[in-house]
Amino acid sequence: MDFGMMVAQLGEGMAVTAEIFFLTLLFSLPLGLVVAFGRMSRHFLLRTLSKIYISVMRGTPLMLQLIVVYFSPYYVFGLKISASYRFTAVILAFALNYAAYFAEIYRGGIESMPTGQYEAAQVLGYSRTQTFFRIILPQVVKRILPAVTNETITLVKDTSLAFVLAVVEMFTAAKQIAAKETTMIPLMAAGVFYYLFNLAVAAFMEYLEKKMSYYR
Amino acid sequence: MKYLEIEHLKKTFDHLEVLKDISLSVEEGEVVSIIGPSGSGKSTLLRCATMLERMDGGSLSYLGERAAWEENGKCVYASRNDLKRIRKSYGLVFQSFHLFPHFSVLKNVMDAPVNVDHVPREQARQRAETLLAQLGLADKRDAYPCQLSGGQQQRVSIARALALQPRILFFDEPTSALDPELTGEVLKVIRELAKEHMTMIIVTHEMQFARELSDRIIFMEDGVIRQQGTPEELFGNPDERVREFIGKFQA
Repeated sequence: MDFGMMVAQLGEGMAVTAEIFFLTLLFSLPLGLVVAFGRMSRHFLLRTLSKIYISVMRGTPLMLQLIVVYFSPYYVFGLKISASYRFTAVILAFALNYAAYFAEIYRGGIESMPTGQYEAAQVLGYSRTQTFFRIILPQVVKRILPAVTNETITLVKDTSLAFVLAVVEMFTAAKQIAAKETTMIPLMAAGVFYYLFNLAVAAFMEYLEKKMSYYR
Repeated sequence: MKYLEIEHLKKTFDHLEVLKDISLSVEEGEVVSIIGPSGSGKSTLLRCATMLERMDGGSLSYLGERAAWEENGKCVYASRNDLKRIRKSYGLVFQSFHLFPHFSVLKNVMDAPVNVDHVPREQARQRAETLLAQLGLADKRDAYPCQLSGGQQQRVSIARALALQPRILFFDEPTSALDPELTGEVLKVIRELAKEHMTMIIVTHEMQFARELSDRIIFMEDGVIRQQGTPEELFGNPDERVREFIGKFQA
């Protein structure tokens, strides 16, 4: 296999990796906020459930969670698993897992906000929803950006775990070529791809941080 | 007309009685200063009056409308909608400003009128710009709070409160977080407001300022109003404790 072919095949894997990456962020970022609200809720039950959720999601391997999400429709509900569910299961498991991490990042950011901001908003007559979305959240986003960057970079590399459900993302593709051609080069090339991907992620996040650096 | 009326206000924090039995009424156009040693309950009184803190007993009314009252030995508050309306009758200026750091000066001043009172944007902008000009901040409209001095930030926060056109303005030690050379510019603004007969209730340690500006001064200690009267009455021949306190600040 020539180098061009190899890059093309890796490229296909890369597309799947990117798809897992973006879809996971799309779902886990908002879901994380919902979980964070649960975690900070005044209602004991809601708070406890969110705590358990976060604890389990962070405390067990993502690889196992992928398997559970994929097979539980069959084992728990007796449903037939269709082939197209593979990819859905990957996104579902990733989103559920990352939401737990994002929830704790949001919580840290929200709890770090000075009460004066809430009090000022209250006296000015902002509703609770307005206070959160107009006053608090924009400042929280600025505060949590470095932590989110960390998590996002980890996600790029975690996408390789999709192999357990036989979804051929970049790393799986690289391993297949490496095995067939008995060469390490595809794996190294995959490494370069991951690195470039993360370089782009870091650059984008830095851009966001800069954009928000107009205030302290 | 009574703009604010507080009767038998009680507030307890963890078994510590911070406000014991405070009654206070403020008439339209009156400027009332509250002085007293730290821990006397001045700030808590202000926080109860502005509903940042729940009262444990007593009643609270603005412009004749009840915001809180006592029922079966418990303090009950008006409905959420009533409170929302009642809140419009007053504004509060904090000791440490609490400006919104992610909003420009102009947006700090016009955001609440637009989003809370639904004032048309253009009208809110004009009102904000007029206020900023009055407070000597016209050239700062596009700046962010972090680029301003403490005195400027406090003036922005006064503009932010005034933009909602409250009938009463509360000040919680408005100059305590400022360098001495910056207090003057804030006090000047408050003086201007007094000239325009803005109803104000000011917790302060600036004795001289309170004396020249106030219609009435209240001296608080240990959760009660120990003495109140015109500046002449209070500074003239007060009881020993009051004299001692004022003396400390004038030295």
